[in-house]
Amino acid sequence: MTDQTALFEYLLRLGDNTLVLGHRVSEWCGHAPVLEEDIALANTALDLIGQTQMWLGLAGEVEGAGRSADDLAMLRDVWDFRNLLLVEQPNGDFGQTLMRQCLFDAFHFELLTGLTHASDDRIAAIAAKALKEVTYHLDRSSETVIGLGDGTEESHRRMQAALDLLWPYVGEMFTPDAVDDAMHAAGIAPDLIAMRARYDARLKTILSEATLTKPDSSYAQSGGKTGFRHTEHLGHMLTQMQWLQRAYPGATW
Amino acid sequence: MTPDVSTIWGWLDQVPDPEIPVISVVDLGIVRDVVWQGDTLEVAVTPTYSGCPATSVIAMDIETALYDRGITNVRIKTQIAPPWTTDWLSDKGRAKLTEYGIAPPSPAGGPDACPRCSSTHLTRISQFGSTPCKAHWRCDDCLEPFDYFKCI
Repeated sequence: MTDQTALFEYLLRLGDNTLVLGHRVSEWCGHAPVLEEDIALANTALDLIGQTQMWLGLAGEVEGAGRSADDLAMLRDVWDFRNLLLVEQPNGDFGQTLMRQCLFDAFHFELLTGLTHASDDRIAAIAAKALKEVTYHLDRSSETVIGLGDGTEESHRRMQAALDLLWPYVGEMFTPDAVDDAMHAAGIAPDLIAMRARYDARLKTILSEATLTKPDSSYAQSGGKTGFRHTEHLGHMLTQMQWLQRAYPGATW
Repeated sequence: MTPDVSTIWGWLDQVPDPEIPVISVVDLGIVRDVVWQGDTLEVAVTPTYSGCPATSVIAMDIETALYDRGITNVRIKTQIAPPWTTDWLSDKGRAKLTEYGIAPPSPAGGPDACPRCSSTHLTRISQFGSTPCKAHWRCDDCLEPFDYFKCI
């Protein structure tokens, strides 16, 4: 794998994470339990889609094949996507959506913090921009997880169920592969193993305040960021997200 | 004859933000640089939030305003580093926001006072508001809800 190939793959991972999660979160628009939460979810989705434009825009530039951020988002199929399995999981109930968000935000925060020191200025600039937004996302999702976990019997039960359901998707974020190693060696990506320690410490505090119990198992699903095997949910999501460009290629407004 | 950049900064200070029209794009701190490159005027603009839908409208409004002043060669350059911060809001902009009913950003992480009655008894309703740059608060004295410009 050349450095450019690894860089392209890595940028797809960054952009596909924000794209897929941004789309998932936007599915709540008009359906959230209360208006304020509806607006909060839509704004979070908007930040993530904005970050996608920057990451996939840069991916297209690095690839040098003339593909734009829109081309990459709308014209690739499931096996071309490089997002983590966690972000493609369905919304479930509101608590499950916020648990997914919190598990991802805590990772995203550490990742972007590391990327602000990237040896590639373009990546450091996007990371610094995105980090401001993600700091706010993490504040909100962790507060909400605490509020709902340490809430009523019913909200506590749902949050614990969400954590148990999503826990097997946490490991993939921190399991380095050849692309991660190449990017770390190039002075771009932070060390995932060191990141995991900070993530675990933060999560421990959040979960303890939320009166939730971290599952015992360290079993980790994998195959999202490599594109080897996505869950069935991604394909269903793409049929919605890409429908317009598939039915009417090149349509604009 | 080409107008000097200080004149152009003055013109840009009359271009309203499309979402909060009482403040200008200069007040908002998103115009980062104005420079002549030969006979082309290059304006560096930084987005507030990555996904803010107003960004493309702002670029168009700036171009239109400059065309109206007779500058036909304009290039809008998007500059993301250093990232936009609410520290770049002008004092004039902060005063106008308050007058308009939006509490200006405060490093304390919440509004200093109700923009209507100046009370300091405030409750946060939502961390997000009507645009990506705002949150939603309520005054516990006059009971009016209001927007707070998030500090980032």
